[in-house]
Amino acid sequence: MHRVTIDASGMHYTPLNRRIREAVASGAETIEIMNVMGQRFIADGVRGDVTIIIHGVPGGDLGMFMSGPSCIVFGNCDHAPGNTMDSGRIIIHGSAGDAVAHSMRGGQVFVRDSIGYRGGIHMKQYRDKCPILVIGGEFRSFLGEYMAGGLILALRDNRRYPVRERGIGSGIHGGRIIMRGDLLNERCLGVGACQKPLSEEGYRMIVPLIEEFSSHFDADPDTLATDPYIEITPTSSRPFASKYTWE
Amino acid sequence: MCGIIAVIDRSGGTMDGSGIRSALSMMDERGSGEGAGYAVYGAFPEFADYYAIHVFFDAIHESKAAVDQELEKWGTVVHEEEVPTYENRNIRKVHTPWRYFFRPDPSLMPQSMTPEDDIVMHLVMKVNTTIPGALVFSSGKNVGIFKASGWPEDVADFYRIQDYSGYIWLGHNRYPTNTPGWWGGAHPFNLLGWSVVHNGEITSYGTNRRYIESYGYRCTMYTDTEVVAYLFDLLVRRHGLDPELAVKALAPPFWEDIDCMDEKEQRLFRAIRLAYGSAMMNGPFAIVVAQPDGIVGFTDRIKLRPLVCGTRGQRLYISSEEAAIRIMEPGIEEVFMPRAGEPVIGRLAG
Amino acid sequence: MSIGSVPVRFGISVDHSQCMLCGRCIENCPYDVFRIENDRIHVNSRKCVACHRCIAMCPRDAIHIRERPVDYRSHPLWTPEARESIYNQARTGKIILAGMGNAKPYPIIFDQLVLDACQVTNPSIDPLREPMELRTYIGKKPRKVEYVREGSDVSLTTELSPNLQIETPIMVGHMSYGAISLNAQKSIAMAVTEMGTYMGTGEGGLHPSLYPYQDHMIVQVASGRFGVDINYLERGAAIEIKIGQGAKPGIGGHLPGEKVCEDVSCTRMIPIGSDAISPAPHHDIYSIEDLKQLVRSLKEATEWKKPVFVKIAAVHNSAAIAAGIARSAADAVVIDGFRGGTGAAPRVFRDHVGIPIEAAVASVDAKLRSQGIRNEVSIIASGGIRESADVAKVIALGADAVYIGTAALVAMGCRVCGTCYRGLCPWGIATQRPDLVARLDPAVASRNVANLIHAWTLELSELMGAAGINSIESLRGNRDRLRGYLLDEATMRVLDVKPVGA
Repeated sequence: MHRVTIDASGMHYTPLNRRIREAVASGAETIEIMNVMGQRFIADGVRGDVTIIIHGVPGGDLGMFMSGPSCIVFGNCDHAPGNTMDSGRIIIHGSAGDAVAHSMRGGQVFVRDSIGYRGGIHMKQYRDKCPILVIGGEFRSFLGEYMAGGLILALRDNRRYPVRERGIGSGIHGGRIIMRGDLLNERCLGVGACQKPLSEEGYRMIVPLIEEFSSHFDADPDTLATDPYIEITPTSSRPFASKYTWE
Repeated sequence: MCGIIAVIDRSGGTMDGSGIRSALSMMDERGSGEGAGYAVYGAFPEFADYYAIHVFFDAIHESKAAVDQELEKWGTVVHEEEVPTYENRNIRKVHTPWRYFFRPDPSLMPQSMTPEDDIVMHLVMKVNTTIPGALVFSSGKNVGIFKASGWPEDVADFYRIQDYSGYIWLGHNRYPTNTPGWWGGAHPFNLLGWSVVHNGEITSYGTNRRYIESYGYRCTMYTDTEVVAYLFDLLVRRHGLDPELAVKALAPPFWEDIDCMDEKEQRLFRAIRLAYGSAMMNGPFAIVVAQPDGIVGFTDRIKLRPLVCGTRGQRLYISSEEAAIRIMEPGIEEVFMPRAGEPVIGRLAG
Repeated sequence: MSIGSVPVRFGISVDHSQCMLCGRCIENCPYDVFRIENDRIHVNSRKCVACHRCIAMCPRDAIHIRERPVDYRSHPLWTPEARESIYNQARTGKIILAGMGNAKPYPIIFDQLVLDACQVTNPSIDPLREPMELRTYIGKKPRKVEYVREGSDVSLTTELSPNLQIETPIMVGHMSYGAISLNAQKSIAMAVTEMGTYMGTGEGGLHPSLYPYQDHMIVQVASGRFGVDINYLERGAAIEIKIGQGAKPGIGGHLPGEKVCEDVSCTRMIPIGSDAISPAPHHDIYSIEDLKQLVRSLKEATEWKKPVFVKIAAVHNSAAIAAGIARSAADAVVIDGFRGGTGAAPRVFRDHVGIPIEAAVASVDAKLRSQGIRNEVSIIASGGIRESADVAKVIALGADAVYIGTAALVAMGCRVCGTCYRGLCPWGIATQRPDLVARLDPAVASRNVANLIHAWTLELSELMGAAGINSIESLRGNRDRLRGYLLDEATMRVLDVKPVGA
């Protein structure tokens, strides 16, 4: 197995990405990056079937436009990991900032702990590409804003930790947000979003994700899978259609 | 625009400027090399009871006499000196930074409840609006501001901020938008004990400026941030709000949320919004405000700018990026992101 | 009480003495204005949008259209448009959408600027016989040139940023597949390839049938990120981040689900029939340094090989914003004036928000120069460029190049009826209906667009030659060669031009 180790101490992101691309081109299967401290755009636009292990605190836009690789982060991420990502996987052993999985088109992002505002904003799906964001901890307001497709799965139990965020699914017109616990106070929901208990079909869909989440982060899949869940979906695929008239 | 970082040692322990220098440099990506600055509280222990009035002079021989005269009119200068600077190839010394340690004469403003502060505020506004070539950029007791046009590491070396120690530090890395980079436009902005670093753009600036100017403040720095220092001075010092409520006035809850509060809270927040509607700041921002007994960090109401906090022991860090905090404090114990509009406060243990 | 029907906007009449009952009007009108009954063409004027397709196709010139044949009682304040908007909103309670560009009769600054020519004191140049350089580079230019000299050998050490090379300062702006048809995009693509210039894809992705022209295409990344993946980014010659659009500054876009047919769905990478909503802001840009991050992320993804443009709507603060953009890693700033076109925009925005391109370009250029960063970015002007004189004037005000939009559509047959939002464009331009799209033959339409660019380029050379200028760089920002004719003093100060006679 071809493995490359990169020490990122004091390295700017451009040379760091160049090293990553070189390693991928040389056939590396695993790239381990040590001492990451705030470097943005790691694996930006990188293609290929490679596992990138990141130790430290990467800067914003980790895995932006990425197509294929898996990034495993041992540390917290800054804003927007998975931004406009095409395929691949980001597994974060820690928390992440605002706009996680922004405009994500495919692949999966798993966050063990919390995320900031506007998680999963404008995620969208097309044909076989269905982006998935799984969050273990807290999320903040405007989760799934403008959401056009894909799945957000929030595993934090809202019966124990009531949700007090606003604008969840605001402007959602595709995809679904699934949350562990009971129906939310209606005022948490954004324009165009509605909620209902999760269907059987929904459970079947989340079970493998729960298992995967548990395997990454050593959680207990059985508790997670037997709890009640709700789902938040669009009231219509044309949320603002009634706003306009023609001249 | 910009990257910010702040730290307080709540037990009053001091830190030198080398840590914040490297933290701020780590965020060079957020700046443009046209402005950076630092504030340090506890900088001048030997003159701790005097107002440390910092002035940028374009040309000493042209404007200093006028400033001296103005100061003498209102009190006594107990010590003065050019702020020491060290040649740096990346910084063009377009101003001479000068500091006076000043004691105002309270009997000259008998109608005021806080005559000393009011005299100094009057002096700041007077100098900045009427004496060409002189700009007071810092006027608090025991507070030093070090700023210039340049990258954070160059500005730090230009003033050798590692030679200063204090229990609060603020740092700012500027990416100018509305005004070109100039020394006066670099952050932190200061008035009396208040210092502000700010990331974002205040879209309500026109409203805020007209509001604050109606209380005798004069905006002279061509940038939205100075208004924040004045708003805090007005709300906290002059109107007596505590910092939590001042933040609630500047970034108030939405009406929809107020409507869901219990009646007592509703009354309070309705009053705040009615009274301080013109002080409310709009647009994206993350701000840290310092005063001698603590710091407060907060963002706009819908969280359009980043702000992350960390603690270790008595130290509270607030920054635009977690990595910057980790540069200063690799052994950070807890990291968290405050909610939109919710103040994070670090108070000096009384 | 009912408001009742309002007067017809267009009255159609058929001259039956000329009509030969060929039925072309019926076939060609997608709005169902015409029908045949008892061997006679009958009309329903109320359905007419004045697209003129029938007039263009009638072999006998038998059709006549009169605008507002029955008008309201005149009133200088309560125009027919004002009244009709009220009737519409009283009925529906909704926001009014409209197409094309600003339809308010604001004064047109271009038409109050005149160009200079040489007489006696310096020679004009004959562009047909003397060299005339219109070649323009779009992108970041170095502030100074650095080199190493070894004896007589000089090696450049300054690294040049990637630039787009265009043979004429006229490009075609971003009109997405979805807003316009694939045949329309293909026609433009063939034309710009032939003319050595570029076109924008708009925020609609890149259809595979356009891949042969990808070296002449600027791919757009807008707030919806539709069709954006690494493949798309790598195909484009340059990447443009769209922040705003002149026709609707400050708000997002909205391609209604009914226009998202199978092919549009595939290039945008969204399901068929789903609304394509572009949020008002990019949710990874809330500030100028975030913009810098998006610019850099795109460069990083494409290994710093491609120039990145940033397009903003012309607004009060354009100059300061452009200065901020210039400080990011962006290579060009596109400023879209308030006359810029659109498939659909809220009428209140289209007609009332933003500023004219002339003023915006002048203030942006001045601001960048005053801060010494004009070389950091190129300025591309767009929004209401109607003829070569507008190109010359806006370059003299400080632009490097222009984007045309509506003009290119007009070259393909568009009659500026402003009904793009209906999706029934009878010219096959702003529609996805297969039978209508088939009316636009790319072989013919591309020739028309190429001809237009060619003709404007010739005229521009003539104008420059007359002014004694043989290289476009010498026109750029050369406001001394403009004069304001009956322009007010304040506007002239912004434009930094003198009045005629001065």
